[in-house]
Amino acid sequence: MSGTWMTTRAWLLMLPLLVIMVAVIGWPLVDTVRLSFTDAQLVGTAGNYVGFDNYTKMLTSSNFTRTLSTTTWFAVVSVAAEMVLGVLAALLLNQEFRGRAVLRGLMILPWALPTVVNATLWRLIYNPEYGALNAALTQLHLIDDYRSWLGEPGTALAALIVADCWKNFPLVALIALAALQAVPRDITAAALVDGAGPFNRFRFVILPYLAGPLMVALVLRTIEAFKVFDIIWVMTRGGPANSTRSLSILVYQEAFSFQRAGSGASLALIVTLLVTVLAVAYAALVRKTAGSAA
Amino acid sequence: MLKSIGTTLLGAVFVGGLFVPHAFAETTLNALFMAQAAYSEADVRAMTEAFTKANPDIKVNLEFVPYEGLHDKTVLAQGSGGGYDVVLFDVIWPAEYATNKVLVDVSSKITDDMKKGVLPGAWTTVQYDGKYYGMPWILDTKYLFYNKEILEKAGIKAPPKTWEELGEQAKIIQDKGLLKTPIAWSWAQAEAVICDYTTLVSAYGGDFLKDGKPDFQNGGGASALKYMVDSYKSGLTNPNSKEFLEEDVRKVFENGDAAFALNWTYMYNMANDPKDSKVAGKVGVVPAPGVAGTSEVSAVNGSMGLGVTAVSKHPDEAWKYIEFMTSQATQNQYAKLSLPIWASSYDDPAVTKGQEELIATAKLGLAAMYPRPTTPKYQQLSTALQQAIQESLLGQTTPEDALKTAAENSGL
Amino acid sequence: MERKSPVFTAFVYACAILLAAVILAPLAWLFVMSISPAADLAAKPLRWWPQAADFSRYGQLLSTAQNSAGAAFTASLRNSLEVAGMATLAAILLAVPAGWAVSRTPSVGWSLSMVIATYMLPPVALSVPLYMGLSHLGLLNNVFGLALIYLTILAPFTTWLMKSGFDSIPREIEAAAMIDGAGLFQTWRIITLPLAAPVVATSALFAVLLAWDEFFYALLFTSDQRAKTLTVAIADLAGGRVSDYGLIATAGVLAALPPVLIGLVMQRALISGLTSGGVKG
Repeated sequence: MSGTWMTTRAWLLMLPLLVIMVAVIGWPLVDTVRLSFTDAQLVGTAGNYVGFDNYTKMLTSSNFTRTLSTTTWFAVVSVAAEMVLGVLAALLLNQEFRGRAVLRGLMILPWALPTVVNATLWRLIYNPEYGALNAALTQLHLIDDYRSWLGEPGTALAALIVADCWKNFPLVALIALAALQAVPRDITAAALVDGAGPFNRFRFVILPYLAGPLMVALVLRTIEAFKVFDIIWVMTRGGPANSTRSLSILVYQEAFSFQRAGSGASLALIVTLLVTVLAVAYAALVRKTAGSAA
Repeated sequence: MLKSIGTTLLGAVFVGGLFVPHAFAETTLNALFMAQAAYSEADVRAMTEAFTKANPDIKVNLEFVPYEGLHDKTVLAQGSGGGYDVVLFDVIWPAEYATNKVLVDVSSKITDDMKKGVLPGAWTTVQYDGKYYGMPWILDTKYLFYNKEILEKAGIKAPPKTWEELGEQAKIIQDKGLLKTPIAWSWAQAEAVICDYTTLVSAYGGDFLKDGKPDFQNGGGASALKYMVDSYKSGLTNPNSKEFLEEDVRKVFENGDAAFALNWTYMYNMANDPKDSKVAGKVGVVPAPGVAGTSEVSAVNGSMGLGVTAVSKHPDEAWKYIEFMTSQATQNQYAKLSLPIWASSYDDPAVTKGQEELIATAKLGLAAMYPRPTTPKYQQLSTALQQAIQESLLGQTTPEDALKTAAENSGL
Repeated sequence: MERKSPVFTAFVYACAILLAAVILAPLAWLFVMSISPAADLAAKPLRWWPQAADFSRYGQLLSTAQNSAGAAFTASLRNSLEVAGMATLAAILLAVPAGWAVSRTPSVGWSLSMVIATYMLPPVALSVPLYMGLSHLGLLNNVFGLALIYLTILAPFTTWLMKSGFDSIPREIEAAAMIDGAGLFQTWRIITLPLAAPVVATSALFAVLLAWDEFFYALLFTSDQRAKTLTVAIADLAGGRVSDYGLIATAGVLAALPPVLIGLVMQRALISGLTSGGVKG
């Protein structure tokens, strides 16, 4: 069979997928770009060309800068915590102890829980009057009075991050565990004979095996965290005093609650650009650290 | 617009519908309500059942969303060929809905009997620019509820007549160790906080808008927010109020954890129901207080109406359904959680029986109902105000500065 | 073997117990809330175990009596099943040929990378035109419309997983069949697909999990029982206007059951899929 025919056939087989992707993602993306230069309303007027007005308006608004820093903070802290907790849990699960198989099995549970259910569950736990967290902490005498976890800007974002971490660190743990099991026994044994301490063993013997898979998890989680909508929508809707409003929620508000499709589109594209830059930077990093992993 | 495609599809759906073995050519209405306690989901379902029993050729699909989703859902559904026929709307939305043609003008369908029979305050709920965009359905305002037992224990003879007095009485209750934080409000970053704020604005004689420009940052509007901040900072107000919605307030009050609470009509009979409430029989209700020298009582117009959407293919059936839902008979039957819009109902013993205290209070409160601003940009204004109020409560900024910023961000 | 001191062993067990508690406590509490009477959930101090288990809420949510709260819930359950099912089936149908093509003809692989890169796009960047487009087509508030959109979320992942799966099937086996005169589709049917069956299953389960979890598009594009999915129904319940926390918890348990069962049963396959494809966060 000739190479040309192989390639043509490959494209033909790819065609259905590509057509759907272009129609349902490519076209809307192009249309979002068009909308972002208009003052279109969601319902009704199609809008007139307004140049870069929407962009300058959005980029200079205090809402945007504040929301950007909230989102960044959420992404950085929650992803970092998930990575650290995930690796620690994986190291634990790589030890031999009774019940290990069961515990490994349990790890899948938080990850399988739908995001909205997770958010709902934690919202109930954080309830200021009847929540389990307040009850538990008071009964353990760790706090004197019930607190408003989701009502204080100082704790609301942290509370969201905890909820997000709880759901996602097991995933990191499972990925890291799979990688750990690929570390040959004799290498760790050799390092032990060489007198390497636990930290050095982790740093020089084990970490290289983890780096590739962990980078992939890191990239995916960071992108996810930057796009965060569901968990915040259910738990705080961006409150109190907008202290937990993420970029996605800001776009929703602009485009759907206020029905300003044009400026909402420009804001959405700014977010897209940020995520893309982030992903490209990461991808470069992945290539550097892991070589073949992508 | 490609409405014709929508029509064709809808037609197809209908042809399909005919094959369903039913004796009638059924009309199906889709109606959007909110999940709440006053006219609970079960009530609305029961009312609707009564309607479909009387009109077997009409089928009504009910949909319930939380109040927070009601506006966005209504607007978003406009785009779908088979959207809602009947929607519940808040008093603050007719301006926007009329401007964006979400609701149809039903002025011609409002009969003289309706005009005469329904309380004037209720009509303001559905009017914009002199036209009618629906029928009022829920006539409601916020009242001051108090726990009779706690007040008695504190040696307080009569509930507060002014907001200042409310603070003083709460202080007594706190000092006597009866409750740590005696007052509960719904101050979450949501429309609920605007309703509490509006009540206070009306007490302080403030204005939201003057000549179409924001005016809440001056005079009464500023005093209202200052009162909220002071009450919060003094520790008399339950600090969790800033993440409460109305149902949270009710839960706290029913649990005996609040001496005073600002809430809608529905709480009266629910808190008096021993099945779920620990304070049954101890619930007192008075109009929200006034401010000495400015007002006797205060109240927010928190009414809601039912309207026919512009995309409805069955506006006549939809109106028939609305007429039924807002009829005096239906409203009287469910008067325990939501008071009727019809003036004569208030003299009907069947309605007033067992809730005389509430009815007496309602007569004062409903007469004092103060509107939130009427503007197509209400959502933006409200969002800016919610942020201002929360930032002031949290001490991130002064009430004056917060309101000034809100005025700038209000889009007006 | 590494020598383990008793102290170290005790430390490992302590950590394992802590980890188990962290994982299980919130889930256990969700279940306890679902069977606790409302009064217990509002008690201070909080009652951690109900005096009498009350399973009535499950009956309430699963009842199908017309125009009841249960009917609304079961409708959303059905919608979730339909949307996830249709989108998954379509995603596999697209993924098999596309994954095979990329596996056997790596020179077209860049197009798959482009497809996978769409994962970076925040849904809000597509939502306005999608909303208007679905509206024109009359596909708003419609399970087919929603499934079509979900398809574009699922297909990149299933294609990537299928490609990895085909990579591990030697070309020689296929070549042998072709020499015997079998056409492409016949070769797939007889040789390739039976060998790739486990990968197909894993991909499908992944796709179901992804679709089941989706919230944003469902929130925007559905409005009532005709298309509203479970995630939206639960967010509505959790919105703060339902005072029975137990009912909210019950809905959560019911919605979590299918994906959690899938997760438990398919654990091994899911993890190997995760590490090879790197999917879902």
